[in-house]
Amino acid sequence: MQTITRRRALGLGAGAFVVLAVGEAAVATPAESDAEIAKFTGGKAPEPGKIAIDLPEIAENGNTVPLSITVDHPMTADNYVSDILVVADGNPRPGVALFHLTPLSGKATAATRIRLQATENIIVVAKTSGGKFFTDRKQVKVTIGGCGG
Amino acid sequence: MADTKPRLKVPSEAKKGEIVVLKTLVQHVMETGLRKDKSGAVIPRQIINRFTCEFNGKPVFSCNLEPAIAANPYFEFTAKVEESGTFKFTWVDDDGTVTTAQAPITVT
Repeated sequence: MQTITRRRALGLGAGAFVVLAVGEAAVATPAESDAEIAKFTGGKAPEPGKIAIDLPEIAENGNTVPLSITVDHPMTADNYVSDILVVADGNPRPGVALFHLTPLSGKATAATRIRLQATENIIVVAKTSGGKFFTDRKQVKVTIGGCGG
Repeated sequence: MADTKPRLKVPSEAKKGEIVVLKTLVQHVMETGLRKDKSGAVIPRQIINRFTCEFNGKPVFSCNLEPAIAANPYFEFTAKVEESGTFKFTWVDDDGTVTTAQAPITVT
């Protein structure tokens, strides 16, 4: 029988602690937010550009961060921005909001207030009625996280 | 949630074809389902998960909300008005409660 040495016991304990710590944090990884975007675009790679994201550079309070999005695209009856997906790659879950617009919107714009856990990227993907995808991202530095623990 | 009190900012008049800015806010805790109370038990999620805006019965704008939307969800968006009518706003809670509000607009 193999005896468990003191060193080995300590190692096991440390390993268990690491696993626990990772389990506790449960932060969305960039891979998860990429998966969320792929689900939205149906695997298509969105083109960069056309989107203006208005977010503070530094958010002191992650509980409420103003976000404003404008897509530089016409809103006519047969050519308009139909959906805008917002994803945060450092939140416990990547999804933030999915806006649906119509030609009655007049302008491809939306604003709300969001929660951010830590310094992370906000990724916006817009879908047009013609099936085109545009994307842009912006990093926000967060002083106090707003997702609770 | 019974304490949802919608606040609207909708212009009462506009010119035909004008793009008007609409602002809405509803009181709601937007409990994420990730927080724990003092005894360590997880506080169950309760959020507004859907918001819609219609004009004369036609969809203008809607949003699927995740827990990452801040408490008292606020939205600002636009609508192009071609005729007089009524904006109808709807908020749907996780528990099925539906809150609605209306605002008329006169288009000349």
